[in-house]
Amino acid sequence: MKKDNTLSRLYSYVAEHKKYFVLVIISALLANVFMLAAPYISGLAIDYIKGENNVDFPMVIKFIGILFAVYVLNALFTWGMTVFTNALSNRTIEKMRKDAFGKISKLPLRFFDGHSHGDIISRLTNDIDAVSEGLLQGITQLFSGLVTVIGSLALMFMLNWKITLCVIVITIICIFVSKFIATNSGKMFRLQAQTVGELNGYVSETVGNLKVVKAFGYEDRSAEVFGEINSRLYDCGQKAQFYSSLVNPTTRYINNLAYISVGVLGGLAALAGHLSVGIISSFLIYATQFARPINDMTSILTQLQSAQAAAARIFALGDIEPEKPDDNLPELDVKGGEVVFKDVDFSYDKDRELIKNLSITAKPGMRVAIVGPTGAGKTTIVNLLMNFYGVDRGAIFVDGQNIDNVTRDSLRKNFGMVLQDTWLFSGTVKENIAYGKEGATDEEIIAAAKAASAHGFIRRLPDGYDTMITEDGGNLSGGQKQLLTIARAMLSDPRVLILDEATSNVDTMTEQRIQKAFLKMMEGRTSFIIAHRLSTIRGADLILVMDKGRIIEQGTHEELLAKNGFYTKLYNS
Amino acid sequence: MKRLFPFLKPYRLQLTIGPFFKLSEAVLELLIPTLMALLIDNGVNAGNKDYIIKMGIVMLVIATFGVMFAYICQYSASIASQGFGTDVRNAMFKKIETLSFTQLDKFGTPSLINRITGDVNQLQSAVAMLIRLVIRAPFLCVGGLIMAMMIDLKLSIIFMIVIPLFILVLFLVMFKAVPLYKSVQKKLDSLTLVLRENLSGVRVIRAFAGGHREKERFNDKNKDYADTAIRVGKIAALTNPLTSIIMNLAAIAVIYFGGIRVNTGNLSQGEVIAFINYITQILNAMIIVANLVILYTKAYASALRVSEVLAAEPAIKYGTTAAADKSDNAVEFKNVSLTYGTSKIPAVDDINLTVKKGETLGIIGGTGSGKTTLISLIPRFYDATRGEVLINGVSIADYSEEALRSLVAVVQQRAALFSGTIADNMRMAKADATIEEMREAASVAQATEFIDRLEDGFETYVSQGGNNLSGGQKQRLTIARALVKKSPILILDDSASALDYATDAALRRAIKESTDNQTVIIVSQRVNSVKNADRIAVMDDGEIVGVGTHKELVKNCEIYREICSSQEQLEEGDENEEG
Repeated sequence: MKKDNTLSRLYSYVAEHKKYFVLVIISALLANVFMLAAPYISGLAIDYIKGENNVDFPMVIKFIGILFAVYVLNALFTWGMTVFTNALSNRTIEKMRKDAFGKISKLPLRFFDGHSHGDIISRLTNDIDAVSEGLLQGITQLFSGLVTVIGSLALMFMLNWKITLCVIVITIICIFVSKFIATNSGKMFRLQAQTVGELNGYVSETVGNLKVVKAFGYEDRSAEVFGEINSRLYDCGQKAQFYSSLVNPTTRYINNLAYISVGVLGGLAALAGHLSVGIISSFLIYATQFARPINDMTSILTQLQSAQAAAARIFALGDIEPEKPDDNLPELDVKGGEVVFKDVDFSYDKDRELIKNLSITAKPGMRVAIVGPTGAGKTTIVNLLMNFYGVDRGAIFVDGQNIDNVTRDSLRKNFGMVLQDTWLFSGTVKENIAYGKEGATDEEIIAAAKAASAHGFIRRLPDGYDTMITEDGGNLSGGQKQLLTIARAMLSDPRVLILDEATSNVDTMTEQRIQKAFLKMMEGRTSFIIAHRLSTIRGADLILVMDKGRIIEQGTHEELLAKNGFYTKLYNS
Repeated sequence: MKRLFPFLKPYRLQLTIGPFFKLSEAVLELLIPTLMALLIDNGVNAGNKDYIIKMGIVMLVIATFGVMFAYICQYSASIASQGFGTDVRNAMFKKIETLSFTQLDKFGTPSLINRITGDVNQLQSAVAMLIRLVIRAPFLCVGGLIMAMMIDLKLSIIFMIVIPLFILVLFLVMFKAVPLYKSVQKKLDSLTLVLRENLSGVRVIRAFAGGHREKERFNDKNKDYADTAIRVGKIAALTNPLTSIIMNLAAIAVIYFGGIRVNTGNLSQGEVIAFINYITQILNAMIIVANLVILYTKAYASALRVSEVLAAEPAIKYGTTAAADKSDNAVEFKNVSLTYGTSKIPAVDDINLTVKKGETLGIIGGTGSGKTTLISLIPRFYDATRGEVLINGVSIADYSEEALRSLVAVVQQRAALFSGTIADNMRMAKADATIEEMREAASVAQATEFIDRLEDGFETYVSQGGNNLSGGQKQRLTIARALVKKSPILILDDSASALDYATDAALRRAIKESTDNQTVIIVSQRVNSVKNADRIAVMDDGEIVGVGTHKELVKNCEIYREICSSQEQLEEGDENEEG
């Protein structure tokens, strides 16, 4: 059932480019028909070249004229077939990729936290390539192969059915032999791919952490492990290569057998007057032509299987439940910026409850500091506020509006967030800051950079604001990246701020400036700060002390110290 | 390149046998069309039935020998190429482990991974091709040509015209298509980049409601990629029809001119058929040669990349000293400077610093002040460009590698765990560590509590990169791992940054209690973490600007005061000491 589903979905993609599809089929058909006709015609021509003074030139010229036309047409349609297949497959996978990406951008964050990014990337690149190569190229090959096989078979039957039967028997043997080899080498290839993956993982783990490996003098032991994986790779690699390399000589041998039997049987038939030499010549060509697509077909079939598996993996993305649509919901309208958590329950994992019955009220302009030991659920509060994850029970209200009843984009536009994880994308510094606000002017960008104390270092970069940032900000220091993300948040001028230990990567001098900028930014805005610094905590209007997913104490610094409870213990450590 | 040839040496036998048998197979292969021509001319046209059967049997025997020879060749090829690849990979891995971090930074980890897998793979198939095709294809070409010339010299003039034309077409298409293929690859890379960014930055993208912009960006790249691929496809699609039309035109020419030659009695009908056969054989072989040229340009690039790794000389040479006790100073920096790579400004400059045995030294400073660089010099992750570092009064350059490793344990900022159980990770430090030793280390590192909560305790499996643990848990495990080693010198490089204050404080206290003789160096940005150290070194811009106790520094060191005031540790710092 699953298989049919995959195929019909694939078909619906191909069907969008019917024009190309029809063109591919027509050119494949014609190209192969002309290819088949050629040997027959050349055989006819050769029959007029009998011997000394026995060559019928007008007839020879007539047939080679036809032959020429046939060859030209064959070339033309072959070209057309390749070009159209290419266009068809590329347009199809472009659409598939586009849809898959569109789907991904609708998936809830839970999906990204729970799936290996490498695997998702692999689906959108390797798997889609496999579909393109396997299914689309494979199908055209399969189709033209079928045309060739059926065509040559028909022509050979017309020429001489006895010899044809003999060729068929040999070919069937050929199919069995290459199938036998293919299953064996296929097994080895799968094992090889798996071992290569294992080797890859081991190398990236070891080389990526070489400092640790060296520091513990672990080199020899890790070289041993590597050697062990490597020698397993040798075993299956050698077998895979050997088995698969048997296909060619074996089929060549069987082809030779067919070729020889056509020659001998054809020769004997010619002696009996059943056959002309020219026809033997055509037969010889058909016999070789006929076997090749059959060999190819066995490998195409395996390719098709893996392509289908790949397609299924891509479509599986589509079956994951997306975030619930919010197109028809109203936009969030923030005036004061009051944030209320009301009886909220939440857990990432149904079996392990995390947040239970959480209620917080942050009045407009209030500064809320969240403190607590590692793993207390501080980041979870951010996830819920931004509606990255939906609550299990209860609700969160912003200015009286349930965040579940407004569009997510409008919610997030009103919330400014600076996370510990300083994500930047490859592009210029300017583009990265401008991410905070669509259509920001240069002046606005520079003002935001200045406010975040980033202007100074940006100016010192090779190309200033136009400096390209490599992937994930590899060419910037941790502190510089942090400053850029702050500038980005500043530019977006949000109503509610969420700061997650945001300045932990910046040196103390810069940090002081940032703190000032933050204080300014927080003026009149409701802010949630996941804080590690005493100054931030003490300046807060409300401190939430979290432990094990619950708020165990709340109040101002003085109030909490007076309680002499968990907070006091934390504070004094 | 020179470095790769020795790897072929063990496979001399296969490298000789393989091509030899392949060549023999090719010779036999070449004979068959000629024998077929004889069969037609002397058998069919002369009406000799026995001759036909005899020739049939001869061809059968030849074909059978041919396939046997081919099997031998393929077997040699698989042994030699896979063996070669395996040996190269082992050698590369061992070499990579000896590289200095300067060299490692230069190569980059992803590049090294690509080299050890992808590039070696390319080389492997190049070796296999060397055995299987490099001799055979040109031989079939030349052999076919010679056989055709032997049949009819004049008619083979056709080859003189067709072969250059054929080569010209192949090269034109190649020259046009190869650069385009590269640009397709680049477009695919940038498509993948957008994709990867979208996955890693999903929180930020959604926080800024950037979804539709990202979709546009992706769709642009996606369309660009498809367009380029289609453009290349159009050019590449020319190869097949163009080459086959040249081949077919040659066949037509053979029929026509062959007809003339037959008419004048210089050629027989069977020979015309054989001639056509040779044309196909030669031109097919030439297509293989063209593909080989492409394969070998790729393989050459790979060979260079692999050789580069193998040629890298380990920059660090170790001495022979096994142990020493010539000084009361555990670690001593004498006028030490280090300048990274091509940078002009030293990362640490003219450092003079001593750490006494059993002392706890704190190092504090802003990002980029050179803290990590300074302590990287002790285990020789990098070597000083100027000056000298001594351990127990002996220059670190004089110690053997094992000696140095057993003297110093470093816990890095980034907690690196390996896939395997928690116990496996601990045993990295000491292969025969007992469970008691591990427990003890874990309890000092404040890790016992969470390890005991795990279902399998010390046997809990840590996934690659420690992804199934939280940041704080990973840091505690890496600290425990270093403690298992019980080395005289322990360096903690900002390795408690993910811990909350309470755990961090408990950790520091436990380390202090458990290690009377151990020299401990704690690097941190937090005043709280170093405040209780015997002495604190303050770093700024690659230099040490102050050394002393917390109280002394508060009094004398301007930069330390700034750091404290930014963390609000100036006045009340001492009050909280007791807690």
